[in-house]
Amino acid sequence: MVKRWWLLLLLFFAAAASAAQDAAQLERRVNHVAEQLRCLVCQNQSIADSHAQLALDLKREARLQLSQGRSEQEVIDFMVQRYGDFVLYRPPFKAITMVLWLGPFVVLAAGSTALLYNLRRRELREDALEEV
Amino acid sequence: MLVLLGVGLRLKPQEIPSPLIGKRAPEITLPQVEDGRGLFRSSDMRGKVWVLNVWASWCGPCRAEHPALLELSRLAVAPVVGLNYNDQRGDSLQWLREVGNPYNVSAFDGDGKAGIEFGVYGVPETFVIDKQGLIRLKLTGPVTQEIVKDKLLPLIRELDHG
Repeated sequence: MVKRWWLLLLLFFAAAASAAQDAAQLERRVNHVAEQLRCLVCQNQSIADSHAQLALDLKREARLQLSQGRSEQEVIDFMVQRYGDFVLYRPPFKAITMVLWLGPFVVLAAGSTALLYNLRRRELREDALEEV
Repeated sequence: MLVLLGVGLRLKPQEIPSPLIGKRAPEITLPQVEDGRGLFRSSDMRGKVWVLNVWASWCGPCRAEHPALLELSRLAVAPVVGLNYNDQRGDSLQWLREVGNPYNVSAFDGDGKAGIEFGVYGVPETFVIDKQGLIRLKLTGPVTQEIVKDKLLPLIRELDHG
């Protein structure tokens, strides 16, 4: 009899532990999604870091959808369909965001070309001066 | 560089283009703000050009746009539906009593779920939806008399004829 009670108690704890683990795992997934989404009212924060009402609402929506078995990508797509690419903390690489991604490298290349060109010219001029 | 800076300063990063323009408006079914008035169903608006204004009693700029909305409502060119976003019923009702009710119907979105469907990120926001149920315009921030005259009225007229 006593043994049976122990068994029941054990089962109870196992179930509670597994439920706690599920909850912790869900929370991890919610955070993982939230880190990738921009808080649109505070713009330079992700919704994981923000306590704005909208960020809390979007996190709640993400939690609900994940707990219903949607994948992280599906939740992110849901947000993009409604809020646009802007909701992504890391903008996607598309034609329209090309300038954003490649712009800095173009500026760097233009700057170094100009610098090299000027240095070369100065060198030539100094050489010419020495000859005189 | 200076040109880029000049352009950059002129942009309004708070105004985020909505991906919903030209798309079907999300279907919403919500209770009305006033108790006992039954449900508001966006599907009932099919065949009409209508305006959806997202507002809340806690929203300061909503108070600023209120005269323009009352004006739009008085002109009666299209039904104006209020989406009362993330609000408490009591506060909403008091607000409407205080400043006047420009809405033909006020849908109550207490937990902001319908707001998420419409990609609402700040109130006030205003949508114009055509007869087929497509979103044709989204405005973020307070509607002014100028916006009513120069943007909303011409668009509503155009959509009415189309």
